[in-house]
Amino acid sequence: MALLEVKDLKVRVEEREILHGLTLTVNEGEIHAIMGPNGSGKSTLSHVIAGKPGYEVTDGQILFKGEDLLEMAPNERSAKGVFLAFQYPVEIPGVATMTFLRTALNAQRKARGESEYSTPDFLKKVREVSKSLNIPQDMLKRGVNVGFSGGEKKRNEVLQMALFEPSLCILDEMDSGLDIDALRIAADGVNALHSPKRAMVVITHYQRLLNYIVPDIVHVMSKGRVVKSGGKELALELEASGYAQFEDAA
Amino acid sequence: MNVAVAKTGNGRAVSDLFASAEGRLPGSPSVIAARREAFETYERLGLPHRRIEEWKYTDLRALVGEVLPLAAAPDAAALKRAADAVKAHAIAGARKLVLVDGVFAADLSDVKALAAEAGFRTLRETLEKDAGLLKTAATDAVIALNAAMATDGVVLGIADGVQLSAPIQIIHIATAPSASAFSRSQIVVGKGARATIIENFVAAGASAYQVSDAVLVTVGDNADVAHIRLMDDAPDAVNITSQFVTVGANTKLNVFNMTTGAAVSRLQGFITLAGEGSELSVNGVNLLQKTEHGDTTLVVDHAVPNCVSREVFRAVIDDRAHSVFQGRIIVRPDAQKTDGKMMIRALLLSDEAEADNKPELEIFADDVSCGHGATAGALDDTLLFYLKARGLPEKQAQALLIQAFVGEAIEQIADDDLREHVIGIAERWLERRS
Ligand SMILES: Nc1ncnc2c1ncn2[C@@H]1O[C@H](COP(=O)(O)OP(=O)(O)OP(=O)(O)O)[C@@H](O)[C@H]1O
Ligand SMILES: [Mg+2]
Repeated sequence: MALLEVKDLKVRVEEREILHGLTLTVNEGEIHAIMGPNGSGKSTLSHVIAGKPGYEVTDGQILFKGEDLLEMAPNERSAKGVFLAFQYPVEIPGVATMTFLRTALNAQRKARGESEYSTPDFLKKVREVSKSLNIPQDMLKRGVNVGFSGGEKKRNEVLQMALFEPSLCILDEMDSGLDIDALRIAADGVNALHSPKRAMVVITHYQRLLNYIVPDIVHVMSKGRVVKSGGKELALELEASGYAQFEDAA
Repeated sequence: MNVAVAKTGNGRAVSDLFASAEGRLPGSPSVIAARREAFETYERLGLPHRRIEEWKYTDLRALVGEVLPLAAAPDAAALKRAADAVKAHAIAGARKLVLVDGVFAADLSDVKALAAEAGFRTLRETLEKDAGLLKTAATDAVIALNAAMATDGVVLGIADGVQLSAPIQIIHIATAPSASAFSRSQIVVGKGARATIIENFVAAGASAYQVSDAVLVTVGDNADVAHIRLMDDAPDAVNITSQFVTVGANTKLNVFNMTTGAAVSRLQGFITLAGEGSELSVNGVNLLQKTEHGDTTLVVDHAVPNCVSREVFRAVIDDRAHSVFQGRIIVRPDAQKTDGKMMIRALLLSDEAEADNKPELEIFADDVSCGHGATAGALDDTLLFYLKARGLPEKQAQALLIQAFVGEAIEQIADDDLREHVIGIAERWLERRS
């Protein structure tokens, strides 16, 4: 069943069209990889799916589980199971990571009509998840991402993903800034989450990540469109020959 | 001119205010004479207005108009409401001193427990002997009016070397609607003593009332004092408070003021660092919504060398509210090696919210390190979006960022229970947001 359907999406930022009619369908249980040169619109697509303000959708639609995603506030999308691991996670001084995690998890659960976690249950869950991702507890005592290294910020995104258990995970350059060990641990975390009901969209520049998170389908994005889709061997092809051949196609 | 200011908005002579209250105001004949003199000063000056520099942003003639008649003594129902309010606002372990409509309520207070560690009398008692506590150098009309009308207050003396085992909590409760309460208190902390004093202002079923309070604080050499004032009066009330603080040598004084209530409020603090080697920290938070007007005006006077003062102010302003922060640091010619810093930050939650931040330095010494800064801005959209993308509804995302914003000032409160009490008041303010 289709989880995410992006149909002929056109998006403008500050009067300039960035996505020029992008189509993408992600079914339950699938892992998709999106590759493409800098500035081709990968983060723009992920932001529009997550509901970031500042983007004007001039045409097309996005359906999530058959519902019009563009009609929903970002927090509603989140509660429905959309999760974006940001390319550049922000620092939020003064908001303790634990407070943030608990407030967010319970807000999502409340929106779905589920009971909120009690403090001990919540702490237990965070401890389990952070242990499996090799995230030290004292990192969680700090403000959200405050003073975190680039790699730690990315790990914190994966931690949230594991905690919130979304049905669609979009990972925007999760691998940038991660060392080899951290990359493997984070990829293990993503794989552990993979299930027949859940789909992953992995945005990356490097084929290496796809050795750990093996995609069913690889898409090439160029100039605001998906210009080619294929199996995982497409990633290897790109690694060898670069994007030049697709620039013309776009 | 005199005639014009001596009339209130509806034409009633202001002197009626005093004449109708005089019979109920405590004090010996000499005290009554001092009151009358203070009232004459008030009559001559009238309520402060925008052409008086210190009151430029808080024009009481425009905002308040007239001073309401003195509250009558509370009846049984009012005292019952006050007792409930005491329960609701009491800080666990603290020794309570309760003023109901400006009058000390012994039954609601912990006088006995306090007596073991501190000297205590009511203002009413001290005024039987002399008018000393009514005398404050006042060219300010609201201070003069407070001296004329003060019905009661607490007079606390913490002897040299005494370390209070529990905080003292002074709770001001308003039960009388459309009336005014005048209180005046004194807190003297002896040399080497240690004390935490909290003042709460709350309503118990009263609305549209006015509070005028004055507090005279003396901190002895080597003392360690935390003074916390939490003004959470009814949303249509008026609260005008003046604090006069004199600080000795080698002391630590931590002051925290938070405004979460009242339609119109002004807290004016005058702190004089009169002994060398002292560390003063003053933190203030204004949380304002609807059409509230909240003014915090603070003068820190470095009269001697080698003192440090730190001021952190945070204002969160919603709807059409108006926040005023005026902070002046004076460094006298002798006060070399003064280290004085002040930072004011305002967070505007609506396009119609208004902030007037006015930091001022008056430096007459040459070897000092002083500075100030003031900023005003909105919540960061990028941070808001991050929180919303993680499932937080708009209001909740804002609340988290607002708490972080004021947290920097609230964190300066060292005591855990006390900090939780303050955070609780801030959280209730957040819940009141429409
Ligand atoms: N807020 C903005 N204002 C103006 N231009 C923008 C804005 N956001 C994105 N763009 C432009 O849109 C284009 C696509 O940007 P986007 O971040 O989506 O690319 P990307 O594919 O994620 O690139 P990278 O691989 O470098 O992360 C770029 O040309 C970028 O400059
Ligand atoms: Mg990008």
